[in-house]
Amino acid sequence: MSILEVKNIRKTFGNIEVLKGINFSLEKGQVLSIIGSSGSGKTTLLRCLNFLETPDAGVIKVNDEILFDSADPATRSENQIRKKRLHFGLVFQSFNLFPQYTALENVMLAPKLAAKEKKIYDTEREIIKSQAIEIIEKVGLAERMNNYPHQLSGGQQQRVAIARALILNPDILCFDEPTSALDPELTGEVLKVIRGLSDSNNTMIIVTHEMEFARDVASHVIFMDGGGICEQGEPRELFENPKEERTKQFLTRYKTSSQTFPDFLDKN
Amino acid sequence: MELIFQQMPIVIGALNQGFLQTLKLFSITLLGAFPLGLIIAFGSLSKIKAISLTTQFIIWIIRGTPLMIQLLIVYYFPGLVLHTPIWGGGESGRFLAAAIAFIINYSCYFSEIYRGGIQSVPVGQQEAGLVLGMTKRQIFFHVTLLQMIKRIVPPISNEIITLVKDTALARIIALQEIIWAGQAFMKGSHGISGAIWPLFFTAFYYLIFNGIVTVALSWFEKKLEYFR
Repeated sequence: MSILEVKNIRKTFGNIEVLKGINFSLEKGQVLSIIGSSGSGKTTLLRCLNFLETPDAGVIKVNDEILFDSADPATRSENQIRKKRLHFGLVFQSFNLFPQYTALENVMLAPKLAAKEKKIYDTEREIIKSQAIEIIEKVGLAERMNNYPHQLSGGQQQRVAIARALILNPDILCFDEPTSALDPELTGEVLKVIRGLSDSNNTMIIVTHEMEFARDVASHVIFMDGGGICEQGEPRELFENPKEERTKQFLTRYKTSSQTFPDFLDKN
Repeated sequence: MELIFQQMPIVIGALNQGFLQTLKLFSITLLGAFPLGLIIAFGSLSKIKAISLTTQFIIWIIRGTPLMIQLLIVYYFPGLVLHTPIWGGGESGRFLAAAIAFIINYSCYFSEIYRGGIQSVPVGQQEAGLVLGMTKRQIFFHVTLLQMIKRIVPPISNEIITLVKDTALARIIALQEIIWAGQAFMKGSHGISGAIWPLFFTAFYYLIFNGIVTVALSWFEKKLEYFR
């Protein structure tokens, strides 16, 4: 049974069809990398999975449970969506940490509010805190957990953002170009954390421009172009033996540009 | 000059009493306008066109006409036009009318400042809250609100300082605030008449009070500097 099944997802903004019927599935523990040039629909796809955008058509299933079906209006209500969101975690390109909270408070906020809602915060308080500390240690920021976001580097902020998503134990953790907003010398520490997560069997979807990383970490790669899936397969196969002309062109373009900056693609 | 020193204790006593009324109007306006402004801000941000347009229309009326006229309308309209005097004739009735006019007026100004503050919080903050499973309400109170407050302290400070001086407008419906108390010594009050200096002297009260308000607000602004 697939952990995630995506069927015929379509999304239009105004006159522009951004997603033209996306189909794929993911097994538990798999890491899916989505590559493709800007504007190919990668980010919109992730945003649809996290219900930040509502697809115009399609079905999203997690563990065989239908989370979204464009034909069934009941799956589109605000309250329903909120619960279903928690199957997914999302790490943003621009981190989006809450500036008024320390790293630790950022990680604790969502579970804390959820516990308060269920009126069990008083008994859960210590558990939540120790979980948060444990996760922050896992992303290597034990020493900085009482710092505010503006006191952290971009790489550290992104690691806090990863911890913040992890504490909710999502079935599928999504990354939207997690290193694109970082200085080249800071991408390594973030990629290392993501690699660690893949080693401990987390199911992940990573939208990235880091081709080397995609090839190393992913168990499956999707190349998107013009709002559709142009080609998909095992990373070795897709990177070394692309079948589609557009994939070849994209990868050649990347190779040329990565030769200009060989450093930051190799570092991880 | 000697006369002024003789009159001083009596004048100060009367002005203090007037200033108490000024202070009451100032505090009650803030107490009412801070939350009401937020509700109006939500109204003008509403996705339902009918609500946002109505709210913006009201804001236009209130900001587009003098507060003095609003005071007069609130106070006299029910009695003179509708023939149902709801305020009563006494000082407490005048105070209630003044408070309502001030709260409506200031909440419209505040609402526009709030709206700007809310809109200036990056949309990514809300999205981060959403993907973490928070409700819109939780996001507003635990994520957006403090960031909004930090951004609006300087413009709100301006309004608060203006409010201190605007309370003088309540004189137009004979609310016995400090200007009224100062002016009374011209016609005759507490056995003193024909004295204009008490009226001039009221300026010190405003000045000192605004000094205190300014210090308090900049302390608050400093307090919020712990995050960016």
